[in-house]
Amino acid sequence: MWLNILQGTVEQGLVFALLAMGVYLTFRILDFPDLTVEGSFPLGASVAAVLIIKGVNPFLATLCAFAAGLLAGMITGIINTKLKIAGLLAGILTMTSLYSINLRIMGRANIPLLREKTILTIIKDWGLPERYIPLIAFLLIVFFVKFILDYFLYSEIGMGLRATGDSPVMIASLGINTDNIKILGLGLANALTALSGALTCQYQGFADAGMGIGMIVIGLASVIIGEVVIRTSRIIYATFGVIVGSIIYRLAIAVALQLGFAPTDLKVVTAVLVILALGAPTLRKFMIQDEFAERLMEGDASDAEVN
Amino acid sequence: MLKLTNVHKIFNYGQINENYALKDINLHVPKGDFITIIGSNGAGKSTLLNLVAGTYFPETGTIEINGQDMTNWPVYKRAFLVGRVFQDPLKGTAAEMTIEENLSLAIKRGQRRGLKLGLNKKRRDEFRRLLALLELGLENRLDEPVKLLSGGQRQALTLLMATLGGPKILLLDEYTANLDPKTAVQIIEITDRVVKQGELTVLMVTHDLKQALEMGNRTIMMDQGRIILDIKGKEREQTTVSSLLKKFSEKSGRELTNDRVLLQR
Repeated sequence: MWLNILQGTVEQGLVFALLAMGVYLTFRILDFPDLTVEGSFPLGASVAAVLIIKGVNPFLATLCAFAAGLLAGMITGIINTKLKIAGLLAGILTMTSLYSINLRIMGRANIPLLREKTILTIIKDWGLPERYIPLIAFLLIVFFVKFILDYFLYSEIGMGLRATGDSPVMIASLGINTDNIKILGLGLANALTALSGALTCQYQGFADAGMGIGMIVIGLASVIIGEVVIRTSRIIYATFGVIVGSIIYRLAIAVALQLGFAPTDLKVVTAVLVILALGAPTLRKFMIQDEFAERLMEGDASDAEVN
Repeated sequence: MLKLTNVHKIFNYGQINENYALKDINLHVPKGDFITIIGSNGAGKSTLLNLVAGTYFPETGTIEINGQDMTNWPVYKRAFLVGRVFQDPLKGTAAEMTIEENLSLAIKRGQRRGLKLGLNKKRRDEFRRLLALLELGLENRLDEPVKLLSGGQRQALTLLMATLGGPKILLLDEYTANLDPKTAVQIIEITDRVVKQGELTVLMVTHDLKQALEMGNRTIMMDQGRIILDIKGKEREQTTVSSLLKKFSEKSGRELTNDRVLLQR
């Protein structure tokens, strides 16, 4: 029973790790607070779900979801770089439009996939033990994506992408068009998010127009937890950290549920977690000040004893 | 190599904070010239550099680089010809990336970048050789992130990066101003070396009048958006800091006022 819960939690963590990698790419690498993910996550799910019920091969449907996310992210990038609209607002604009677009794609608010052929049922037909199929499938996909992402970030273009977030003035002076790089980065991040959405709907058996709510905070929480667990500025470890962070986040949520939190409370729990993590440096400063003040007082006291 | 013709630059045109930054600048810079640029605050020195780099575009006038009209080319398009070192040592490098990664970004200056890995053994060996020339021991720290370097080390690295990938023009914008005097001297020595090696044409803005006369082969003085003095050769050799100050007040009718100007000698 416990093992089952644990396995399910890890599976969820792996699926959402793709979303977290997207958030890592925008928030950490590009230094761009991208809210498009709230729309591109359900976009990936709707595209995949609609294609699957139309009888398209699930792998192809998932790939189409990836492409749709790419497009969504690129639109945010174009709004931001070409029309000079602030990044946060650009993301919100795309996200809001995507809510309507997702409903158009699906034709209704919810599509069940219960008896449909999905990536998971196809793999089951290959004769793998049914119990471990999602775990094995998601492990393979997530680590495949991680290695591709790592390679990309060490490639010439990928290094240009990292430098665009790190030092945009410098990288322009070395001949990189930072606008185009941003568009590419946002596209890739949302493609990963949409992929995460596409796998989520096949895993849980339905796509829903509202399933994107809170995704940005979940992604951020995973990235931050990953950074706490694996402290490094090296990409290969950092992306691994993101995956670990996503799994730990799901474990934390599972524990919260066991402690009696209602599922509807989880978003506020997550938000508080992110606030604490991001505010930690400032909070720690106060604590250090208090601690230091105390030590000074103690020091004075002991001095007095000596005298 | 570089030719500015009737260049005017106005910021915030038609608004109350309108600023006529450059007025009818005509500057011809032959290949191999090393020009030092001095002037009071707001004289237009940095604006001039920014126009050459492509950060801003002039309201009228043309900017030719290497025989080609590049007046309205953005920074990234000119990068294959123009290298730049900024006043702020933090600006010229990517802090979270390693020394070798920064260099690999620079070595592809102005070229198409692909999906090949940015680093390989050949490039690392090349970087080690180049870093050794700086004599700062950086050749043994290739895989350290740049944020661990001191300001002087970062500026030296930026200087190396600004000359990698075969640019023809080097822009130096008060690039030693934020360094301690000893490090500044070191950086200037390195500058001399890389400029000679790359046969570069240089525009250097400085607030140090002594340095302005000692470095390079030509000095221009700017005031209120105009070039008011352009000296080279014998005339320049005979100029001292005090005669330079005198020339300034003769030409502009005012004292040279720059809150950072160094009045040595």
